[in-house]
Amino acid sequence: MVQPVLSIKSLVVEIPTRKGVLRPVDRVSYDIFPGEILGIVGESGAGKSMTGNAVIGLLERPAHIVSGDILLSGNPIHNLSASEFRKIRGKKIGMIFQDPLTSLNPLLTVGEQLVETIIEHLAVSKKQAQERAIAALEEVGIPAARERIGSYPHQFSGGMRQRVVIALALCAEPDLVIADEPTTALDVSVQAQIIALLKRLCRERGVGVMLVTHDMGVIAEAADRVAVMYAGRLAELGAVRDVLSDPKHPYTYGLMGSTPLASRGLKRLNQIPGSMPRLGALPEGCAFSPRCEFAQEVCKTGSSPFIANVDAQAACWFPLPHTKSRSSK
Amino acid sequence: MLAYVLRRIFQSLIVLLAVGFVAFAMFSFVGDPVDNMLGQERTQADIDRLREQLGLDQPFIVQYWRFLEQAAQGNFGLSYRQGRPVSEIIAERLPATIELAFVSGFLAFVGGVGLGVFTAIRRHGVLPSFIMTASLIGVSLPTFLIGILLIYIFSVEFGWLPSFGRGEVVDLGGWTTGFLTASGLKALILPAITLGLYQMTLIMRLVRTEMLEVLRMDYIRFARARGLTEKTINFRHALKNTLVPVITITGLQLGSIIAFAIITETVFQWPGVGLLFINAVQFVDIPVMAAYLMMISVMFVGINLIVDILYFAIDPRLRIERSVGGH
Ligand SMILES: Nc1ncnc2c1ncn2[C@@H]1O[C@H](COP(=O)(O)OP(=O)(O)OP(=O)(O)O)[C@@H](O)[C@H]1O
Ligand code: SF4
Ligand SMILES: [Mg+2]
Repeated sequence: MVQPVLSIKSLVVEIPTRKGVLRPVDRVSYDIFPGEILGIVGESGAGKSMTGNAVIGLLERPAHIVSGDILLSGNPIHNLSASEFRKIRGKKIGMIFQDPLTSLNPLLTVGEQLVETIIEHLAVSKKQAQERAIAALEEVGIPAARERIGSYPHQFSGGMRQRVVIALALCAEPDLVIADEPTTALDVSVQAQIIALLKRLCRERGVGVMLVTHDMGVIAEAADRVAVMYAGRLAELGAVRDVLSDPKHPYTYGLMGSTPLASRGLKRLNQIPGSMPRLGALPEGCAFSPRCEFAQEVCKTGSSPFIANVDAQAACWFPLPHTKSRSSK
Repeated sequence: MLAYVLRRIFQSLIVLLAVGFVAFAMFSFVGDPVDNMLGQERTQADIDRLREQLGLDQPFIVQYWRFLEQAAQGNFGLSYRQGRPVSEIIAERLPATIELAFVSGFLAFVGGVGLGVFTAIRRHGVLPSFIMTASLIGVSLPTFLIGILLIYIFSVEFGWLPSFGRGEVVDLGGWTTGFLTASGLKALILPAITLGLYQMTLIMRLVRTEMLEVLRMDYIRFARARGLTEKTINFRHALKNTLVPVITITGLQLGSIIAFAIITETVFQWPGVGLLFINAVQFVDIPVMAAYLMMISVMFVGINLIVDILYFAIDPRLRIERSVGGH
């Protein structure tokens, strides 16, 4: 079997606060394989970015990993020293941020930013780095890359800037790319192009992509598998086809009710009442139980369902039957 | 770019005209120079002759124009007190002030930026906290008090450094310098610290605040995510962005050093233009005061202009937009 590029095993991230310890990431496990896009969805505050930051070693104090493993191509990276981790960043793991307007340094040309990254990670001369930088820009679809390499970020449009950001994330040829809402800040018209570009690069280079998004449409369009997060936990994990057409977790079911996916034959059923609990005030048992219309007594008092301990696609004691049979009720 | 510079130069000229008017107005409205220059035993003929010599019999607007004409050539007439050309007196005194301002400006900039960056990068720690606390004191103590304190400690108590004057100077064809003798250098230390300390603490606090702000920006996080070293991030990415806003204020600070020099020069009896000005005020020596005023404003305006152009050179965003916008 192919080795996953990224393997997260029961990862726990904690934030000590005056009011107690918060767990923005709680026992999350998943793999990402080469050439695969894993979509991560969930409400704001579900812990999507926190997981990504943990993987690339950029958790901001006081957040820190307390247990679990992060393996990059089979090698554990969660306990590397700061300087060892730095060498992996950019080289093995690339990251794409949400807002291309703010992720580029306004005072350096895009060429300078590419070259400094390439030289940092690859054993090439400055001249070779320059050539590679031009090639990287060409690959992400910047027209006249050779002329535009000396331009400053503000001379590019938003969509073009996000292409530059992608070129920067990929210029040292990482095995894994974390894209944290890469299209949220962009015009609708260019969103699809950027997603298509990511998808193409992922396939061509065999890069594993962690694609964080709020947009189920993006998941349906680009992802191979999807992980649904809720209150720091994994609610559901499975192939996009299965999860979208046949969600097992009541939360996923509701989440899709609140996104327009009529084209896929999923009728909008019910908005999920209430909102995600704060991390400091999680209910006992299943974190979703206060909002779940199928909640039973065990859900509220018993142990919390995790994908590992329910051994299924969804972290739910009472996974749903097929959508079609339910919606006809 | 050219249009922008020309516009700025035009604005500067307006400012100078206004200051020139104030300086000139002093001639017309403050005291009567003839009174000051002629002794008790004067005749009306003496007075008239002198008035004519000084051009005081002309109409106001003509006098103003002549004043500007002369001022543009660096000619401010004769000092009422010394009876010598003002330009000559200023030329004698200027090197002392410029050397002092240069050294303290350098101290303020290098020390301010260095300490600002240091305290921003090492946010937690005993030394940075100490520096921050000390800087608060530096900002709140008045300059003359710092000067007197330094004199008390280093001149009176320890006797290491002189408490007044410039020490021995070397004349390099019209420019007297204290840089070339040991006593000249020693004499520079205390006044330079006194004059630069306030500016240094201001620059340091400004740099620190800006740098902390910049370090929170997305592009710094992105630089980190690209695996750049902390050194590259701090000094290539963060420092450059920090300096853009800092440079304007710093430039003005350096300009104000020359103005602030009046106090320091008085405390240390430093023979520069500031001391000259204070003495001129005491004797209502209008030509000297006017010349000083004009000189200071030319410096301020000049520094402002340079800072603007520098700003322009550093920030590519301004370069493009302004040159495209055509102002
Ligand atoms: N310093 C902190 N102290 C307390 N709580 C924090 C801190 N930093 C983050 N959190 C919490 O951690 C949780 C996870 O945040 P995260 O940024 O991963 O959410 P997200 O899923 O990426 O949301 P979004 O879609 O808004 O980006 C949030 O509930 C947030 O409130
Ligand atoms: S475990 Fe219970 S409460 Fe939680 S989602 Fe499943 S049915 Fe709902
Ligand atoms: Mg996020």
